[in-house]
Amino acid sequence: MLAIYRRELQSYFFSPLGYVFMGSFLFVSGIFFAFGNIMSVSSSFGTMLSNVSFIFMLVVPILTMRLMSDERRTKTDQLLLTSPVSLWSIVVGKFFAACTVFLLTLVLTGVYVIILSAYGSISFGEVFVNYLGFFMTGCCMIAVGLFISTQTESQVTAAIATFGAILLIYLMDSIVSVISINFIGVVLEWLSLFSRFSDFTNGILNISSTIYMITFSAVFLFLTVASVEKRRWSEG
Amino acid sequence: MIEIKNVTKRYGTKLAVDDVTFTINKGEVLGFLGRNGAGKSTTMNIVTGYISATSGQVLVDGMDILEEPRQAKRCIGYLPEQPPLYMDMTVEEYLYFVCDIKEVRKRNQKAHLEDIYELVKIADVRKRLIKNLSKGYKQRVGLAQALVGNPDVIIMDEPTVGLDPRQIIEIRRLIRDLGHNHTVVLSSHILHEVSDVCDRVVIINNGKIVAQDSLEHLTQGIGEGVRMMVRVVGPEKPVQRLIRNVPGVSLAEPMGMKEPDSMDFMVESAPGNDVRRPLVNALVSGGYSLLMLRPMDVTLEDIFLQLTSESSEGGN
Repeated sequence: MLAIYRRELQSYFFSPLGYVFMGSFLFVSGIFFAFGNIMSVSSSFGTMLSNVSFIFMLVVPILTMRLMSDERRTKTDQLLLTSPVSLWSIVVGKFFAACTVFLLTLVLTGVYVIILSAYGSISFGEVFVNYLGFFMTGCCMIAVGLFISTQTESQVTAAIATFGAILLIYLMDSIVSVISINFIGVVLEWLSLFSRFSDFTNGILNISSTIYMITFSAVFLFLTVASVEKRRWSEG
Repeated sequence: MIEIKNVTKRYGTKLAVDDVTFTINKGEVLGFLGRNGAGKSTTMNIVTGYISATSGQVLVDGMDILEEPRQAKRCIGYLPEQPPLYMDMTVEEYLYFVCDIKEVRKRNQKAHLEDIYELVKIADVRKRLIKNLSKGYKQRVGLAQALVGNPDVIIMDEPTVGLDPRQIIEIRRLIRDLGHNHTVVLSSHILHEVSDVCDRVVIINNGKIVAQDSLEHLTQGIGEGVRMMVRVVGPEKPVQRLIRNVPGVSLAEPMGMKEPDSMDFMVESAPGNDVRRPLVNALVSGGYSLLMLRPMDVTLEDIFLQLTSESSEGGN
């Protein structure tokens, strides 16, 4: 698994993808930091992260679109699947590599926190919870993107479908508010990733939300493994 | 070494591989012959564990490829039709990566790769990006990848497709060398490629095994030995009659006009009976000029014809 992880991480920085991801993320979060925190003289870091969370729709597809689809297109999956490595370690290695790039980018945004702490008063515990929630939400999105990437050989298709899926997740709360059937509304709200994320941006470390997010990622990793496995058996 | 038992792979209503059973013995060089689309690649993908069969079983050294995939896959090095290369890596980085996933110990990796560089002759490109290499070099890096971990069995799917003649000769020599201490399986749709290097061939057609034997045995029955092409200036019928009357000639078939004023004939004679001299003498004394005389190779198509006619005779 370590070998897969290392190779995948390397390839983010051999190709422009990793830099495009980091660049666009830092650019957008920089704008939100400048307007939301500095110019409006606010030290609420959680609000900034919550405002910037729409960026997942745009940057997560960059991170995940080629993870599995490119292996299939270039037939390098023949090497991986005929080597003595398990499918789980391939999928998990790739997932962790994408999460690492995301984490590295978040670490760079630590500059904002340093600036805030120099000119205002912030609670580091709260900022940590903000970051944790943001990171875990991102990982859930990456798991979704990874799953979608196994469904196609085309990076573009994977990117667009991932965009659509994250858009749906993002809009879930708004969809819930217009559903009149009570039962469905409650279930969807419980499932909504972003309503759980808002706990974290308010500085609340909610254990059930943490477990929900970890489970959410795990389920999509499982689906990824299952769909690769299914294709090996397919008769289509 | 590898047993393939009643393997079937179904794609929709089409049977890509239909109840295939054969054994790959330890130490042999086995040719896997068939036309394009006959099911060669599918079979190889099943044997290496890349895809799963609809039914049937593959045993590698007694281990089921589905039940003990890690142990079984460790015994096999696979070079698919399109070498599985990461274009954004250098040759060296790529092969270290392959060492890692094939569980070669860290401290042995360097020495192991040095041996492989030497064997497939890629030492001079080791620092280059794979995407910048020529097709021949890419193929060799692909082969290097299959050799990593020193597997007992090396499976190659059409290893010479798309290479120039000189590269083909080199790859063939390499395959022959590998055959000394590995079990090698190699697929091809070209008969003479297989006849050069293989001890035994398995022939597949429409997903079914139609023959498995040594190549000598398979080609023996065809044309009863010697077959040649002669090009003669002269009218078709009289020349054909003349050739037929030469002692030792069993068959003379016109093959049409390839050069103005001349006629091509396929001439067959019994094995061990060289009819060239009497044939040429007869033609010259008959007043016909001989333009060309060359032996004809047995082709895969001939073997197929032979096998299918045999089976239909058997059916009658």
